[in-house]
Amino acid sequence: MSFHSFTGTDTYLAAPELRDSVNVSAALEKPLLVRGEPGTGKTVLAEAIAENLVMELLTWNIKSTSKAQEGLYVYDTVQRLNDARFGDKDITDISQYIKYGPLGQSFLAEQRVVLLIDEIDKADMEFPNDLLHELDRMSFFVNETGRHHVAKFRPIVVITSNNEKELPDAFLRRCVFHYIAFPDKAEMENIIRVHHPDVEAELLQQVLLRFYWLRDLPEIRKKPSTSELIDWIAALRRGGVSTESIESGLPFLGVLMKRENDLEAVMAAHRRGRVN
Amino acid sequence: MFVDFFYHLRGYGLKVTITEWLSLMKALAIGYSRADLHVFYNLARCLMVKTEADFDNYDRAFASFFMGVENHFDISDELLEWLSKAELPRELTEEERAKLEALDLDELRERFKELLDEQKERHDGGNRWIGTGGMSPFGHGGEHPTGIRIGGSGGGRSAVQVATDRRFRNLRSDRILDTRQIGLALRRLRKLDKDEGPEELDIDETIDSSARNAGEIDLVFRPPKRNRIKLLLLIDVGGSMDPHTLLCERLFSAAHKANHFKKFEFKFFHNCVYENLYTDISRWKGEATSQILKRLDHTWSVCLVGDAWMSPYELTHTGGAIDYYHTNQVTGLDWLRKFRDRCPNSIWLNPEPRRIWNAPTIHLIRQVFPMFELTIDGLTEGIDVLRGIRPNRALAA
Repeated sequence: MSFHSFTGTDTYLAAPELRDSVNVSAALEKPLLVRGEPGTGKTVLAEAIAENLVMELLTWNIKSTSKAQEGLYVYDTVQRLNDARFGDKDITDISQYIKYGPLGQSFLAEQRVVLLIDEIDKADMEFPNDLLHELDRMSFFVNETGRHHVAKFRPIVVITSNNEKELPDAFLRRCVFHYIAFPDKAEMENIIRVHHPDVEAELLQQVLLRFYWLRDLPEIRKKPSTSELIDWIAALRRGGVSTESIESGLPFLGVLMKRENDLEAVMAAHRRGRVN
Repeated sequence: MFVDFFYHLRGYGLKVTITEWLSLMKALAIGYSRADLHVFYNLARCLMVKTEADFDNYDRAFASFFMGVENHFDISDELLEWLSKAELPRELTEEERAKLEALDLDELRERFKELLDEQKERHDGGNRWIGTGGMSPFGHGGEHPTGIRIGGSGGGRSAVQVATDRRFRNLRSDRILDTRQIGLALRRLRKLDKDEGPEELDIDETIDSSARNAGEIDLVFRPPKRNRIKLLLLIDVGGSMDPHTLLCERLFSAAHKANHFKKFEFKFFHNCVYENLYTDISRWKGEATSQILKRLDHTWSVCLVGDAWMSPYELTHTGGAIDYYHTNQVTGLDWLRKFRDRCPNSIWLNPEPRRIWNAPTIHLIRQVFPMFELTIDGLTEGIDVLRGIRPNRALAA
């Protein structure tokens, strides 16, 4: 009945719902699939879990070319071929040419670890299906050595997705799903206080007001995220911008908006707002 | 019965499976819900709802299920035991499972409607879910041995209240789309095929082959794969389509930016297709429709976008075109049929919601083209027709 209770860390504030989702996934030994807007702290979540539960963190960054097999192990034939050619090494032991990937390492670890599979939707559509068996059974077979590896300690698996591709149903069925909603004003205030502990209350209020106003503009294509807001506040403070000038203008807007169209749209909306 | 919740969720269109339900049971069995409906709300959601697009449906299902009983409802350990032992195994026999799979969705929905109606009528003294003085284990003042009444979750707002907020309404997938979402949907519109053209180096095969060749390099080539979808987009502009301009623009720009089509063309029309199609929105520059038709063949897919809302004359009569000075010799409907006959993998996307598709002209057009809503779900369905995976099934005449 004991749970690995994830509670969040000093720098990572986890909402109660998120904490529950993490703990359920750890208790049921099912992967936790985390989805949400960019900048809502999906990747950092895995780091926070590792820090909080004092476990090692293994990260597998998925690219468009990633294959499921690479996560388990790669048989380095070229190296073996090379060694064979020059004859300066004993090449009969195949296991020395088996290079374990992050997934394989997490199964082989001598204690429970946290495995982050980052941005799974970057890979090919079939990629998640190729992982089903391994994630379900937490074991894998190395063809070349004929050895079957079973995880002694089932890792806590965190999978993040940006929703670029739809994930297969069979894969989803095996996951615990959590959607990180964009933080509301009160939550955002707490998050900012973690990063800027000594920010002036008045500045903070003004900034938040502007920030959520920006995000609500329907013309904006790429909405600014938490990390951009934190950068913006840093820029404002370092630039010594007064609270009044945030009210009247939008200094350092480039930190928040990265697209020219969006910048123009914001400026236009801002002018409209002042006329009204 | 607790298992009603499972059917209730499915009745709301959530694709909850037995595997997921079992996971929930397991989590409950090890005491996870902490006897709190609030925690249960999140627990059930994270195990059974796998996309934020369904969160709103889940909220509605949850609220309607627990509405009114929340204050008398408690998932205490005793109940959990009762739940996990007494009722579930019976529900999960192979036979039951097969039955569950075989159930038609509409039938399921009917059953739930019946159940709900029934519940409304027999509010007291029943042995069902919601009620007072009944035999159900949930509720208060009942006589079920394990029925317990305990107040709602302490502090804050109740789970049902949270659920009724419908915070995730904006994440529904049947709402209107933005460009990126359309782009994502359009990515599915591909049909890969081995193509002629310069061959590519197949690195994996080359390594394998070289290894087999005792290290002597042996290069292996393969023909490249290309998307062979050719798409013609025809968009209705002006008049009744004005409110949908933004949406059509988004569809247009997403399709325009998608560079994975073998060929992509677009034309505009007003209300219905006649002798000319236009290359600009103001409908000045045109091209003869017959010329365009000549270019097309069955490898093209045609996607028409419009509200299909017009006077029947515009479809069925010669000279019925909406523009006063325009006298068409061939009826609009015949022009549409020509497109359909030439390119069977064609669809009509309608920006109006399905529930108001009741104009006579909409009915006529649906006999020619399968019609889909211009939403993510509609687009996704329609794309299967465009790809030729699903047969073009227009309404039978």
